[in-house]
Amino acid sequence: MLEYTLKRIAYTIPIGLAVSLVCFMLVHISPGDPIDSIVPPDTPTEVIEQIRAEYGLDRPLPVQYGLWLSRALQGDFGESISKGRPIGPDLWVATKNSLMLAAFGATLGFVIGCVLGGAAGAFRDSWIDKLCLGIALFGVSVPHYWLGMVLVIIFSVQLNLLPSMGMGPTGPWAWDWDHLRFLVLPAVTLSLIPAGLVTRTVRGLVSDIMGQDYITTLRGKGLRTSGIVLHVIKNAAPTTLAVMGLQLASLLGGSILVEAVFAWPGTGMLLNNAIFQRDLPVLQATTLVLAFFFVFLNLIVDLAQTALDPRMRRT
Amino acid sequence: MNMASPATAASPTPLVRARDLCVSFATPRATVNAVNGVNLDLAQGESLCILGESGSGKSVTLRALMRLNPPKRTVVTGELNVANQDVMQMTQAQLSQYRGPVVSMIFQEPLSALDPVFTIGHQIAEAIVRHEGISRKAARARALSLLELVQIPSAARRLGAYPHELSGGLRQRAMIAMALSCNPRLLLADEPTTALDATVQIQILLLLRKLQRELGMGVIFVTHDIGVASEVADRVAVMYGGRVVEEAPVEILIRSPRHPYTSGLLGATVHAGTRGTRLTTIPGAPPDLAELPAGCAFAPRCTRAEPGCHKAVPPLLEVTAGHHVRCPVVCPARIQAPINV
Amino acid sequence: MIERMPDRGGPQQPLLIARGLTKHFPLSKSLMRRREVVQAVDNIDFSVMKGETLGIVGESGCGKSTASRLIMQLIEPTSGEVIFDGESIGRSGLSLKKYRRQVQMVFQDSYSSLNPRLTIEESISYAPMVHGVPKSKAISRTHELLEAVGLAPSQYARRYPHELSGGQRQRINIARALALHPRLIVLDEPVSALDKSVEAQVLNLLIDLKKQFDLTYIFISHDLNVVEHVADRVLVMYLGKIAEIGPVDSLFSDPAHPYTQALLDSRPSMDPSRRRTEPPLFGDPPNPINPPSGCRFRTRCRKAWGLCAEQPPPFHQIKPNHSASCHAVALEAERVSE
Repeated sequence: MLEYTLKRIAYTIPIGLAVSLVCFMLVHISPGDPIDSIVPPDTPTEVIEQIRAEYGLDRPLPVQYGLWLSRALQGDFGESISKGRPIGPDLWVATKNSLMLAAFGATLGFVIGCVLGGAAGAFRDSWIDKLCLGIALFGVSVPHYWLGMVLVIIFSVQLNLLPSMGMGPTGPWAWDWDHLRFLVLPAVTLSLIPAGLVTRTVRGLVSDIMGQDYITTLRGKGLRTSGIVLHVIKNAAPTTLAVMGLQLASLLGGSILVEAVFAWPGTGMLLNNAIFQRDLPVLQATTLVLAFFFVFLNLIVDLAQTALDPRMRRT
Repeated sequence: MNMASPATAASPTPLVRARDLCVSFATPRATVNAVNGVNLDLAQGESLCILGESGSGKSVTLRALMRLNPPKRTVVTGELNVANQDVMQMTQAQLSQYRGPVVSMIFQEPLSALDPVFTIGHQIAEAIVRHEGISRKAARARALSLLELVQIPSAARRLGAYPHELSGGLRQRAMIAMALSCNPRLLLADEPTTALDATVQIQILLLLRKLQRELGMGVIFVTHDIGVASEVADRVAVMYGGRVVEEAPVEILIRSPRHPYTSGLLGATVHAGTRGTRLTTIPGAPPDLAELPAGCAFAPRCTRAEPGCHKAVPPLLEVTAGHHVRCPVVCPARIQAPINV
Repeated sequence: MIERMPDRGGPQQPLLIARGLTKHFPLSKSLMRRREVVQAVDNIDFSVMKGETLGIVGESGCGKSTASRLIMQLIEPTSGEVIFDGESIGRSGLSLKKYRRQVQMVFQDSYSSLNPRLTIEESISYAPMVHGVPKSKAISRTHELLEAVGLAPSQYARRYPHELSGGQRQRINIARALALHPRLIVLDEPVSALDKSVEAQVLNLLIDLKKQFDLTYIFISHDLNVVEHVADRVLVMYLGKIAEIGPVDSLFSDPAHPYTQALLDSRPSMDPSRRRTEPPLFGDPPNPINPPSGCRFRTRCRKAWGLCAEQPPPFHQIKPNHSASCHAVALEAERVSE
């Protein structure tokens, strides 16, 4: 297990490097000179050259990449073009916000998915199964920004129960209802897709496991239903967690539209603004951070799966 | 060992008494009549082999003794008493008390019958904890002594092993240890050695025979292999089309089978000495359990069938002491009165 | 129409020779340990004479299935070669296409070895059509073959595999194997998945077909009774090595290798009055990843002594055509000759 863990961690290094290289090249493969987007069109050539030297853009690409990466790893992502201030602090706040939203959304989706999927799998082909599958299908096929707007109309506009925008009162975030109520609608909206996917995964797993010979053995030992459920959960857990981990990762970056609908100041918003303002350094930095999260979550998922399923451990 | 037979069951109450046991499965297309009126008696400490080919209803019968067939699709009727308990009347809660301490089962393929993500020790101990309410630690100690009982080398280390880490023979031994964990009075074994290598099969059969003798359990084996029956059984019941067609003490059944199906099956079994001879075969194919013929299920394949065979299911009659045959041709009804009515 | 390939070397030349055949499967690489390999088949030599049935027996992990796939050239050997009727198979000698026309295989699982979307007729006539036989001729040949394996073409030709029983499907597989007029058929556990009464039908059929089509069989099975029934010579494998090889009568009546003896003694007695009291062997066959040094059977052998751990035993001929790879056998023979 230790050997596998080390090996798996070692594997993430080349992946991380490749990912960072792609992010770095984003700026250089996009058409035009990056300097052009910073300086006015009539800037004299000497000034451009001076700025180029200032940014280190006159050095060979590999050197630029090395410098950029070593700075990025220390949290220095350079300056935002549109705002003219360092990217780091803004990105840090946005990532924290997105992570919070994604974690809530994913957890909610995970719980809903496990309950619906477990019920559907245990009562396969009954009305419960059909109902749960219907909900799951709704979850994966309804556009979630649309559902977000519907929720806003119902709960904010009509019932006036929950806020529709932002993260609550100005000032630092606090774990109280005044702040948390801002999280409800976006988290519910965001949970929809993972809920649907997890429902389908868990349903398939549970109904497959329930048909396995070892379940008959457990019944033959006289175990109560609760005892059998424990076995079903442990057998279904590795695959479910894998699906969930990847969902969490994609929620982090994939919630652009939901963050836009609810004006949630996360990485989605940051990306959204960066794209519209052609703020390449911000785009570069945000993509890099999200990609690293993806790689990291993949690592965690793999290790968790291996820890849970003894058959995957190659001693 | 008690050589009791249904007619002469001397002991006051047999360990197992099944009368007219029927099991059918509802499938989307048809109702499959897997077991159609099986009578079984087993004395304490006796060993019975149910012999049959695929689709004969032998495994379904075995599972019915534990009411282990999938509950939603299965209809079980008839009488079933095990260790003085009416199994047919049991609720789910009572059944879960019955499974384990009274009756337990060994399956054909230990790799799929053991949960892959729990250790052997956990899987044995959880049954003990469930039924005896002792601590997990005490249960684990019991699990260790059970592994030693089934002769698993370096048993302490194996407690923490997962099923896929053991060889086929050790897995089946662990399965047996699990089945014995709550001291059952009746042990059911569904083709326990079919998935094993020849040199391992004989070890497991001898182990089961030894354990049965030492622990005084009743054992019912299901097998397709007459060789297995010859090693472990006191009595053999041959099943065909969901019915027992012949039942006799093992040496009588092997030496002088009476039912045309039994003799056909034994003739078709390859063994030392068949080399150079042409194997006798049974023409045709087993019956469709969704559309059983009105008469003897074997009659369509039987070379000795008479018109009467196709009309009604013949009764199981005693030809000699303890030897019962369900065939009106080899055992005409007027000679013997039907038994077990 | 495809014709049977002509005989080349005459009846004295073995139809197939396996020379030093070896297959090691590498396990996935490990960061901290050296690479491990599964020695599935390790340097085996044997030959199959024209018109005979060579039985190969052994337990799981002994390499009998790997050996069959090596013979079929379905997997590349790590080393060693297969010689068919005097010609080496591969680049310089007999082309794979020509070889595969002459050697066919029947697998244990009758269902998964048939394409579920093709009718029986399509499955059997497929290979001849690939080899350029016109469709009408291939179909009429298919009907002949169905007849030969005991299935009425009018009733079965248009059916799909799932509509047949296991025994019927195995007959189809046999018919398909015959479609290209092969000279050798490798039967890998052909009756193991069948019920006893069906097993007898298929065994009778195989014996009939062998005579009718002048075939040579390699018959792989874990069931000694079946091998004794059909084989002329028997090869016993243990952990990738040949333990003993000899004519069926001699090997079954007078087994030399302790493993062969144990295998034979492990068969149920079929006589309740003479039941076995002691298992002939203890434990399971060891893992082929790290086979024991010297003689691979020594860990389970009652006769093993120091030498068995040090050197792999040589083959020792006991009788004409009957030899065993065992130090004890060689020692015994030496003593007798002195």
